[in-house]
Amino acid sequence: MATTIHEPPNTEVRRQPARREAGNSGNGGWQNLAPSEGNLRAVDEYSPPPSSSAIWVGIAAITMSFAAFTSALIVRQGSSTDWRHITLPSILYLSTLLLLVSSVTLEVSRRRVASFMGGLKGQVASPGRWLYVTLSLGLLFVACQYIAWLQLRSKGLYLATNPNSSFFYVFTAMHALHVLGGLGGLVRVIRKLSTSVLRRSTLDATSYYWHFMGVLWLYLFLLLWMKL
Amino acid sequence: MDATSAAHAAQHHAPPTSFIRKHVFSLDHKVIGKQYYALALVAVLIGMALSWLMRIHLGWTDVAIPGLQVLSPNGAPGGKITPEYYLSLMTMHATLMVFFVLTTAPFAAFGNYFLPIQVGAEDMPFPHFNMMSFWTIFVGFCVLISAFFVGDGPPLSGWTAYAPLSAIGKAGGPGQGTGQVLWATAICIFCISQLLGALNFISTVLDMRTKGMTLARLPVTVWAWFITSCMGLTAFAVLMPATILLILDHVAGTSFFVASGLVINDQLIPHSGGSTLLWQHLFWFFGHPEVYIAIVPGMGIVTHVLVTNMRRPMLSMKAILYSFWAIAFLSYMVYGHHMFVSGMNPISSLAFSFPTLLITIPSTILVLIWIGSLYGSKLRINSASLFALGFISMFVSGGVSGFFLAQPSIDIMLHATYFVVGHFHMVMGVAAMFGIFSGTYFWFPKMTGRMMNETLGKVHFWLTFVGTYCIFMPFHYLGWAANVRRYASFTDDYIKPLIPLHQFITIAALFTGAAQLIFIYNLIYSRFKGAPAPDNPWEGTSLEWSMSSPPPWNNFGGKDPVVYHDPYQYGVKSSTGTDYVMQNSPEKIAAGED
Repeated sequence: MATTIHEPPNTEVRRQPARREAGNSGNGGWQNLAPSEGNLRAVDEYSPPPSSSAIWVGIAAITMSFAAFTSALIVRQGSSTDWRHITLPSILYLSTLLLLVSSVTLEVSRRRVASFMGGLKGQVASPGRWLYVTLSLGLLFVACQYIAWLQLRSKGLYLATNPNSSFFYVFTAMHALHVLGGLGGLVRVIRKLSTSVLRRSTLDATSYYWHFMGVLWLYLFLLLWMKL
Repeated sequence: MDATSAAHAAQHHAPPTSFIRKHVFSLDHKVIGKQYYALALVAVLIGMALSWLMRIHLGWTDVAIPGLQVLSPNGAPGGKITPEYYLSLMTMHATLMVFFVLTTAPFAAFGNYFLPIQVGAEDMPFPHFNMMSFWTIFVGFCVLISAFFVGDGPPLSGWTAYAPLSAIGKAGGPGQGTGQVLWATAICIFCISQLLGALNFISTVLDMRTKGMTLARLPVTVWAWFITSCMGLTAFAVLMPATILLILDHVAGTSFFVASGLVINDQLIPHSGGSTLLWQHLFWFFGHPEVYIAIVPGMGIVTHVLVTNMRRPMLSMKAILYSFWAIAFLSYMVYGHHMFVSGMNPISSLAFSFPTLLITIPSTILVLIWIGSLYGSKLRINSASLFALGFISMFVSGGVSGFFLAQPSIDIMLHATYFVVGHFHMVMGVAAMFGIFSGTYFWFPKMTGRMMNETLGKVHFWLTFVGTYCIFMPFHYLGWAANVRRYASFTDDYIKPLIPLHQFITIAALFTGAAQLIFIYNLIYSRFKGAPAPDNPWEGTSLEWSMSSPPPWNNFGGKDPVVYHDPYQYGVKSSTGTDYVMQNSPEKIAAGED
């Protein structure tokens, strides 16, 4: 049985960071992030909580999709008599290296940006430099994949030539599409950093996604190498 | 900075000002929820009209339907439906209903509107993704409908799009060329939309709960939408690759699903080595969870509505939640029961049969808890609670036949008959529709600020309840009588005596469909002329009833609600004399009551 204490439904007024003027993209604001003064701590405390789980949800969905593609490959291989071995284009080794290095450069840039956002603005010159390096490596990776397709075409292996080439094109194209999404994320991070409204969680999520692209590619490369 | 601008400063998006941002490309989860509902309403009207055409054709095969030849000169010359066009109508009816109605309305529409509110958030964490999710599904809907107006019309391979028929292009028959590609493209787009939606739903529940809103305090609807999102995330992530491979078989000449040496209509199909069963595996890995994606939100809505109208807690809310999880988990283990007649190893059949029978346990637990909780309660009879009761009735009636179909030896006999049609229409289709109706009558006051007409709602319920039983119960009898499904007409001697029953079903379908006009009228009339709704017309306890009807654009006015209680504090005595305590009321409840 309830007691006799009765108060109206309760709400809490959300705490706000002090802002010098409305529309200021620095510290706070509804964009809520912004290291224009170099110190993000107050903004982190006051702003609505970012979603830290969404990136893992997205990664789970992508993993599931590629698991489906993989099972299709295994079933198709097992049920067919037209499975023909193809030699993977050698440029894939280079593209693999590029993607792995890009993960390292992104991690370097993440730490530099974190230092910058943590108030060490004066000590970190050009925090976005390594982001540009990562972006370039990512673009080079996609270019290498394109060259790999051209190399296969030059051997007369097209999408519909045999199941092996079909799966090669499908796997690499689907992965490249996801990498392009990651590149879009990197561009967004760079743009936000340059206008001082970058949220730490955005940078972290983009990094996780990019690293996942590397892991996914390693898996796909191994799968293609073993199965095709 | 003043308080108002301070409040706005922390919003996920600024208040909408332009008409476009308010009503078209809105970032507000509530507007997006209503957009989903409107889309589902359009889809269900088209889907129902298609079912009427099919039913008229089944009852009176030679009758010409005036004007139908305008829609499809080849499919319905002189208004008479060809067998191929019948299959096209069936394909489009099922696709619209399963994807754009049963998945869209109870999950995407109500979930979008109420999930953030019920967890105490002012919006989802990614409003732009949310907006994209709706407009993506809208594009998918348009692509699907465009199949009516191209080449030979819509595809005829059913909503399951079984290969190789769905993968060989025009050789497969009318609609199997462009129409089938449009179908696969539409479903692929639909998957993208669902994945964006699931991303938002899951992260909202995990990250956006307000102070005091622990997982144990989430309303049952939130759990239902969350679990559905988890299922959707994994199921649609598998269907999308499948549709991509299907499209490639069509447009790029690959051979994922088409076997070697296939001859159709005296024509050798130029594919080699594909696996027709591969499509079925990929499709049903999605397809069976999809059944629960359609029904679990309805289960959540029905529980929410019933507990509010019973004015006392369920016997065990935990058992309900565990049952939801068990159903979701098992839904991935049972998909093979759709393939018992596809040439499956008997041991595999057994392996799929066992969990299929197992899944009846959590389903039965749910029903027993609903009925046990209702027993002795003074249920408030209104349109929402009537449809909730109807949901249980349909779920039980349709579910019982599932016991038969779960067993391979019986399913092999019944699989291609109307018995299956009766089963899934009742347990998944009509039950889910009743969940949608229940949710609509329950939440309409909150969504629009106006009450729906209760008398019309009750008339709508009884006509629909009796009508749907008249339509779908005889299907089971037809199935026992070996009436095959997917046939456009019945000319065999052993089926001819069943035609009067088909005619009865057709008449029932037309009447039941007409009864939905009462709902449409009530919906539109009440939207503009209905009595003003109080903030908490049903004396509910969850957070949606703590705000004005309709809610302001930022839900809680830039403040965060604080939650003190479990969601269903009914049957208590509050200090104000009411029999409930709201979730965000700081009022203390004696031990044993919270």
